Amino acid sequence: MSDKSYAMVLDTRTCVGCSACVIGCKTENGVAKGYVRDWIFSETTGTYPNLQMTVRSERCNHCADAPCVTVCPTGSSHYGAGGTVQVNQDKCSGCKACIAACPYGARFIDPNEGAIDKCTFCMHRIENGIPTTSCQEICPTQSIYFGDLDDPNSEVSRLLATREHYTLLPGAGTKPKHFYLK
Amino acid sequence: MQEITTTRTNQYIDPVLHIWHGEIPLYLFLGGVVAGIMILTGLWFALRPTTERSRALSLLPWASPVLLSAGMFFLWLDLEHPFNAWRFYLTMKLGSPMSWGAWILMLIYPASILLAWAGSPAEVRQVWLKRLAKVPKLDAVNAWTAQNTKPLAVANVILGAALGIYTGVLLGTMAARPLWNSAILGPLFLVSGLSTGAAFLLLYRLADQERITLSKIDMGLIAVELLLIALWLIGLASGGAEARAAVGQLFGGPYTAAFWTLVIALGLVTPLIAEIIEHRHKVVPGRVTAVLVLIGGFALRWIVVFAGQHSGWVSELAQR
Repeated sequence: MSDKSYAMVLDTRTCVGCSACVIGCKTENGVAKGYVRDWIFSETTGTYPNLQMTVRSERCNHCADAPCVTVCPTGSSHYGAGGTVQVNQDKCSGCKACIAACPYGARFIDPNEGAIDKCTFCMHRIENGIPTTSCQEICPTQSIYFGDLDDPNSEVSRLLATREHYTLLPGAGTKPKHFYLK
Repeated sequence: MQEITTTRTNQYIDPVLHIWHGEIPLYLFLGGVVAGIMILTGLWFALRPTTERSRALSLLPWASPVLLSAGMFFLWLDLEHPFNAWRFYLTMKLGSPMSWGAWILMLIYPASILLAWAGSPAEVRQVWLKRLAKVPKLDAVNAWTAQNTKPLAVANVILGAALGIYTGVLLGTMAARPLWNSAILGPLFLVSGLSTGAAFLLLYRLADQERITLSKIDMGLIAVELLLIALWLIGLASGGAEARAAVGQLFGGPYTAAFWTLVIALGLVTPLIAEIIEHRHKVVPGRVTAVLVLIGGFALRWIVVFAGQHSGWVSELAQR
């Protein structure tokens, strides 16, 4: 296991919600029809004509304190390379406790395997020397960044040091490692 | 590839979580009944070893492994990958209540079967000793259980309590589901399990004195259960936005009618009043109140499991 701390940063100022990341991920990872590992969140708030729109690409937050890993009775859900949250489908009984425990709804049952599926931060690419995730590679506005938080010179570290950012549902106490630039 | 939408519409997750269906409340209900039977018969055998028991009460501990097997069958049906169930028994995850539960269930089988054997009437044991004469060492087991009935009874009380509490803790430890995320759920499911366990015993042909004792115990249990439900609701109603939205499902939300009629009125208050009247007028308790308690106990599990899945982190807007 690498001694890194992988994280993803998404720039909400440049993300236009084009969905290329969703289709790119589905193609790269062979995600089952009708299911997604990443998705476009878009929300409009306010009263016409004073409206504000938020658009962003979301996925598993690869929490540092992941409730899905804690509740898993078989050790199928675990912390993998670079502190990412991974699933060993061979060990999964499909009890779905992790789905209930995830406040983000990032997990689902892969209908072909009967086991949990979710975003892996494309560890099959990263661990084999390809420096990008598939969603990052395909993003036409280059809004997605991926890298090592423990390296102060990495792109994600520099962005988080200089730009205002947030994580989703910080009150849930899961310490997400997916950040959104304001 | 064909995708109509790229916003998330994953089955069983969106628009609201609905991963657990009828199997889970059925298991939680049966698990609670088994916990109740184990604790009540265990206490009875430990505290009144010499008092003569009705044939029904002597044989009823056999219901523990039978009902538990039925419950575990439903649990197994719920698994998406049922043939990986053995994976539960390759590890012990201290942070996972489900892992604790899997091991508790495995301990319950020998403990409950041995106690049921020890408690069975002597003539029944003799018949089965003859029928199973080919099984080696059965005489030794028979002698051992006869000598160790009290420790077996105590083990059943402890394991029954563990089973009853774990079914509540299983749901209670999930911070992502505010309706469940309460430490009260463990004791609530334990007391409800005891009450439904007593009700299950009362369905059978017990001696009058046994019926009166169990019914008196049940009165106390229902009173405690009402108190625990009140504390659970107060805890949620005085909590943060998520907790208040979650409990709102029982106060004007979609589960209001079912909760207040089936659980509170029919399943708890009516049997409590009936039992008080029975004792005031020295009537031997019948089976109708027991059936109501069982309906109420099942409805409680059903509503908690379904409404809990519909509760989540609604204040996402405010977090941004």
